[in-house]
Amino acid sequence: MLLQRFFVRLVTMLVTLFGVAVVVFVVIRVAPGDPIAMMLPPGASNDDVARLRALYGLDKSIVQQFFIWLGGVLHGDFGNSISLRQDVLGLVFNRLPATLELATVALLMAVAIGVSAAILGARSRDTAVEAGIDIASGATLSIPDFLWGLVLILLFGVLVPVFDISGRVSPQLDLPFVTQFYLVESILRLRFDLTWDLLKHMLMPAIALALPLAAIIAQLLKQSLKEVLDLDYVVLARVKGFSETQVILREALKNAALPTLTLVGVQFTFLIGGTVIVERLFSYEGLGNMAIDAVINRDLPLIQGIVLVFALLFVLINLVVDMMYALLNPRLRHG
Amino acid sequence: MDEARISRRGLSPRLWLAGGWLLLALLAAIFAPLIATQDPLAQDLMLERLPPFWLDGAEPGYWLGTDSLGRDLLSRLIFGGRIAFIVAFAAASAACLIGSALGLIAGYFGGWADRIISRVVDVWMAFPPVLFAILLVAVLGTGLSSVIIAIAVIDWTRFCRVIRAEAMSQARMDYVESARIAGYGRTGIMLREVLPNVLPSVVALLSLEMGIAVIVEAILSFVNLSISTDDPTWGGIIAEGRLSIHQAWWVLVFPLATLILTVLSFSQFGEGLKTRFDPVLR
Repeated sequence: MLLQRFFVRLVTMLVTLFGVAVVVFVVIRVAPGDPIAMMLPPGASNDDVARLRALYGLDKSIVQQFFIWLGGVLHGDFGNSISLRQDVLGLVFNRLPATLELATVALLMAVAIGVSAAILGARSRDTAVEAGIDIASGATLSIPDFLWGLVLILLFGVLVPVFDISGRVSPQLDLPFVTQFYLVESILRLRFDLTWDLLKHMLMPAIALALPLAAIIAQLLKQSLKEVLDLDYVVLARVKGFSETQVILREALKNAALPTLTLVGVQFTFLIGGTVIVERLFSYEGLGNMAIDAVINRDLPLIQGIVLVFALLFVLINLVVDMMYALLNPRLRHG
Repeated sequence: MDEARISRRGLSPRLWLAGGWLLLALLAAIFAPLIATQDPLAQDLMLERLPPFWLDGAEPGYWLGTDSLGRDLLSRLIFGGRIAFIVAFAAASAACLIGSALGLIAGYFGGWADRIISRVVDVWMAFPPVLFAILLVAVLGTGLSSVIIAIAVIDWTRFCRVIRAEAMSQARMDYVESARIAGYGRTGIMLREVLPNVLPSVVALLSLEMGIAVIVEAILSFVNLSISTDDPTWGGIIAEGRLSIHQAWWVLVFPLATLILTVLSFSQFGEGLKTRFDPVLR
């Protein structure tokens, strides 16, 4: 059953990715403005233009171009960036780790804040504390990451300047890194001075990304916890003399977590989508920031590559979440 | 909406506050030339970075201060509201029409229509929305209509998913079966019976979507990809404020507060309307 479910999802995923590739390709080829004209100095001869067109395959029909491009993509060849004149895949892999680290730190923060708020709310249900958590999470949810980022810049960049609001790492630092996973590598190398510097840069954009998700987790998990807390086995634990917090942590949480887990998966893709503008806001050198530059420079191959990598990330996360749900849900596991 | 009926039922404070702010902002935008104390485009280097009225060094007539080119902040905010509201209404309505129509068809008819529409929604959901919007505007060329088209093209899926689910559950209800026995055609039942029942959700989503459209427009003008750079927009003012944040905090604080209030109001207004029109919740 599980294996069958996995293969059905895998096929759906491939169909979705093919659809994304088609849409990106069509959207970009409709673009007015000639990317070739932007690469050449003014006064270039028609021969030069034609040669470059042939070099980038722009002289063939649009369907041919699509399949040439798709064939390349399947072999790991995403073409060359027009503005940066480098291999697209190399550029993307160079920036992706920064975005993944930011998104992961944001996700962990969202879970930490959201779960704490949910437990606090469920513990003090039907009190002013719960009402306060409801109002706070409602308002937090309505304000998107872009605006949270600006609020944080004002609060902790200007009013109380304790955190860095620009860049990924202090430029004067000497970096010994061989990979682009700076945060992970700094911890592995036990260079905690660098870890601290990276975190100081990452904290503000991560919180901006985390807050809306934290609010959703708080609302949903609190609701599930409150339902579970009325069940017999939880009442029994209470009778045994466990405190309310112990009851929640030891008994209720694992049974209430499943709906939240599914939602966190879907919301994590929204969080990753949010990195595009939040990275821009904080001048964080990730994939999203590069994507905006690519759009502004009309760098078609680079845009295609970045959008495809984002889409791949999204469908992979959905696949993983779906499989986790099937594994954790007893009804589906034995179904 | 019928004025008298609303006042008889009484409005919740949430609807009052949210609706009040939106009405105020909308009126200010409509009557911008009458209200604004200064020309929003007039630069005066003698007046650069004036603080808001309660601080030392403020000038009368420049209530919220000026930016680094000496342009009046309040007048720019009021004129920026015009763009924000035009985009909100136009983009949200277009997204609503496309998404609700497709959602209704997919949910009520099911079968192949549902399979195709759902696949397209899947593909759409695999795009990072902000990047998709920036890409579309770059492709279509900057301008008001490009911004509106981009938002509608991206966000119709929000309506489609919700309306599809609602239409599906409505289609199984007894009253739909009775209408069929009474001899109504499928399209007739969909428009006459199912559509009115999914309308409360449509209205709530529409209000929420207007808030989202305002944000997306602000993001696009923040990265300088919205309308022409001369016209004041909330996102454009925020971009200037982000640059001069250490010299003139007010250039960031006031547009940010305006955006937050507007977005909160749109979502609260939508929630309030939904509660009000939903027969079960009411």
